Amino acid sequence: MRSSAKGGVGMQLRTWTSRRLWLLAVYAASAAVLFCAPLMLSDFRLNLLAKFLAYAIVALGLDLIWGYTGILSLGHGVFFGLGGYAMAMYLKLAASGGRLPDFMDWSGLTVLPWFWKPFESIGFAIAAGILLPALLALILGYVTFRNRIRGVYFTILTQALVIITTTLFVGQQAYTGGTNGVTGYSKLFGYSLASPETKRWLYFVTVGVLIGAFLLCRFLVKSRFGKVLRAIRDGENRVRFIGYNPAIYQMVAFAISAGLAGLAGMLFVLHVGIISPSMMGIVPSIEMVLWVAIGGRGTLGGAVLGAVLLNSAKSTFSESYPDMWTLFLGALFVVVVVFLPKGAAGLIGQLRGIGRRKGRESDERTSGVRNPAV
Amino acid sequence: MSERVESVILQCDGVTVDFDGFKAVQGMDLTLTRGELRFLIGPNGAGKTTMLDVICGKVKPASGKVMLRGGVDITRKREHQIAELGIGRKFQTPSIFPSLTVYDNLEIAMKQNRSVFAALRAKLRSGETDRLAAQLEMVGLQGKADWRAGGLSHGEKQWLEIGMMLLQEPEILLLDEPVAGMTDRETEKTGELLQHIRKTQSIVVVEHDMEFVRSFASKVTVMHEGRLLKEGSMEEVQRDDRVAEVYLGKRRDADASRSTA
Amino acid sequence: MDVVVLQLFNGISVSSILLLIALGLSITFGLMKVINMAHGELIMIGAYTAYVVQNLFTSYMPASLFGWYFVLAIPASFIVAFLFGLVLEMGLIRFLYGRPLDSLLATWGVGLMLQQIARSIFGAPNVGVTSPEWLNGGMTVLGDVVLPYKRLFILGLVLVCLFLMYVYIYRSHSGRRMRAVMQNREMAACLGISTRRVDAVTFAIGSGIAGIAGCALTLIGPIGPSIGTYYIVDAFMVVVLGGVGKLVGTVFGAVGIGLSNTLFEYWTTASLGKVLVFLCIVAFLQWKPSGLVAMRSRSLDN
Repeated sequence: MRSSAKGGVGMQLRTWTSRRLWLLAVYAASAAVLFCAPLMLSDFRLNLLAKFLAYAIVALGLDLIWGYTGILSLGHGVFFGLGGYAMAMYLKLAASGGRLPDFMDWSGLTVLPWFWKPFESIGFAIAAGILLPALLALILGYVTFRNRIRGVYFTILTQALVIITTTLFVGQQAYTGGTNGVTGYSKLFGYSLASPETKRWLYFVTVGVLIGAFLLCRFLVKSRFGKVLRAIRDGENRVRFIGYNPAIYQMVAFAISAGLAGLAGMLFVLHVGIISPSMMGIVPSIEMVLWVAIGGRGTLGGAVLGAVLLNSAKSTFSESYPDMWTLFLGALFVVVVVFLPKGAAGLIGQLRGIGRRKGRESDERTSGVRNPAV
Repeated sequence: MSERVESVILQCDGVTVDFDGFKAVQGMDLTLTRGELRFLIGPNGAGKTTMLDVICGKVKPASGKVMLRGGVDITRKREHQIAELGIGRKFQTPSIFPSLTVYDNLEIAMKQNRSVFAALRAKLRSGETDRLAAQLEMVGLQGKADWRAGGLSHGEKQWLEIGMMLLQEPEILLLDEPVAGMTDRETEKTGELLQHIRKTQSIVVVEHDMEFVRSFASKVTVMHEGRLLKEGSMEEVQRDDRVAEVYLGKRRDADASRSTA
Repeated sequence: MDVVVLQLFNGISVSSILLLIALGLSITFGLMKVINMAHGELIMIGAYTAYVVQNLFTSYMPASLFGWYFVLAIPASFIVAFLFGLVLEMGLIRFLYGRPLDSLLATWGVGLMLQQIARSIFGAPNVGVTSPEWLNGGMTVLGDVVLPYKRLFILGLVLVCLFLMYVYIYRSHSGRRMRAVMQNREMAACLGISTRRVDAVTFAIGSGIAGIAGCALTLIGPIGPSIGTYYIVDAFMVVVLGGVGKLVGTVFGAVGIGLSNTLFEYWTTASLGKVLVFLCIVAFLQWKPSGLVAMRSRSLDN
């Protein structure tokens, strides 16, 4: 037993370095493809891809909290939406040029509400777009994780958060634009948002932010912080008896995750030109989870892949066959959860592993292989 | 006088635990001195594990105090605070982190600053890598450092958990049936380890294996139905009539009437 | 004063429907550690069943008998939802035992599909169900407060269901088996209880009750494919608030949420009311994190 294990170490070391090289190659290739995309895609397609890449940032954040920490949030639509509204409020105020935004006028407001004022500054808007969602997550995390409200209870609370936020945004029409959301702006720093040049420029910004977010998440999950997060996923109570306070770790992870969603929301508004309550509702929130599930929870590359793949499929099919798409989406949930709990990344890992291992092995027994976390 | 007080490291006074009306522990006292190896024995349902749960903070007692080093009542502390104060716990079933590697398991267990900020910046210093390597060697897992802990055998998991607890460097170790499911050779090794640890740390062991308990010249505490039945050396305990009655005469009844261990 | 009485009455009638919905959720979660997000669509199925029964009556029955369609619709809704639940349990849920988060996602997918199927069959717009004649009007109390018969009927229906559930859970053989499985699955299995059967039947009963809730909802307003989603989150909050696995907790949770929903929305606006209710729930959980009625456990990971 011992001697065979020793032999195994050498092999593990080799597979480990080859895995590393392989991953590096995949990263480099992906980055190259992303930077060359403007040369190959039409303006319309490029804009779509930019939107998907913004979604991928949400997926990264969700993966951090769900894939690595084991906490399922169905509330990321809200964080995404808050980021989106922060950016939209800035754009709207800039577009209104000192006058009251049109929807406020229609609702009978005569002065700009106090909480709209600071959004005249782009710096404040960007900071708020990241920090407001993070703060909301921190507060929600504080009142739940500290009391060990977790698992489905937490998940259900996040879904309730989605409901009340969307109802609130719809209901407070004078301040939020109601069902229509905040739209009707076309310029950023004087450049038209619709022009191909601006779109290309925004695309590169999004790619840059995505790479930054990816590196941040990679740093987090590789650090000892990330190891503690995974330990919490494996056994929260056990972590306590070693001396860590899991609640703090969960809160920080949740807040970072929410901040990333907010960041993505801001980019989304720049690409799409509108944010409304329906984009932060229950269905979009749970679709975000599906991106991660389909790409493979617990792998960062998988999360990005899942977001881009699923949204590409959606934009291809949903316009021509919306009914079929809904059915397909529902079926996809069932199939992924029941048959592919590790998503596409897990599937790739499995296919790669067939050559080395004999047949399929259970999760518990994939012992010799280093955890395929990116 | 002052010396005697100083040598007491843990003192439980009148600890009572109530599980929705079922009193698992009733007015239990336990005093542990520095460097002591104490065995906690008794039939199933005697409240031994619950007693460990109280000390490590997993269960809050309905009444009673647990004083650490004469000063702090730890029944008011949260689990992670108690662990930071120097009480380590090994559970009956191996509880390691299956998706982390063996090495990572040890790394996060190691005594260190456990704040989020520290964990974000943490890098292994050379002294720490040496300690981790030594610990791996000691628990016999040096060849499996890169394995996912979930893939270890039951015995290896036990050892990994012991290794994690030692790296935590607690002043008091609480072990719940450490040799359960171990081979004779492993049991022997555990015994040697306990002898080694007791030189620097205090240990409380819940154990059913009387042969194992007998191999130490240590104080034994017998619990029965949540109460202290007898305390003394193994010989004294074995001579006690009530202990014999609990273990032999009434054993069948006691087993039949309780399903919880 | 009169308005407050009426609001209280409305609150209780909302609570009673929430209770019907939450009952099934609470029991299945307590029993199988499974979260069924498709529960809302079982409500929808119950509602459409009532709609179909109504249409059958208008087409094939003499007009004089139309008033009685609702009496038939209630058991029909139960049976149809029961069968759907049974199929769902045997086809999907049983692969997801003890994986609450996964079951939540998978059943959400099922719910999405069911909604789409309903949309294909009955169309996306809401359809109305004509209430039977004898449920129109109301009872006048306290001078000029009118309590609609429809809501009174719903209240009575819920009380009957609750009583039957109580008898089933606490007084029948199958109920005792169910409680045994809930408390200690392994032990129950060792004693020869077919846990598979208990799970399937319990899940189906919970689904059937959701069907009755759907049937009751047709009295209140028009129904559509996504009717379940309006109620499902509130019903889940009832479970969170009331705790899992005990009838009493669910009753209190439902009354608490139903009443506070109605009253807050009356005192403020619909949107602010929802926020306030949510804040109250979170505040309550600070005091009792595992809900009103909690089962204690000794295992490390629970």
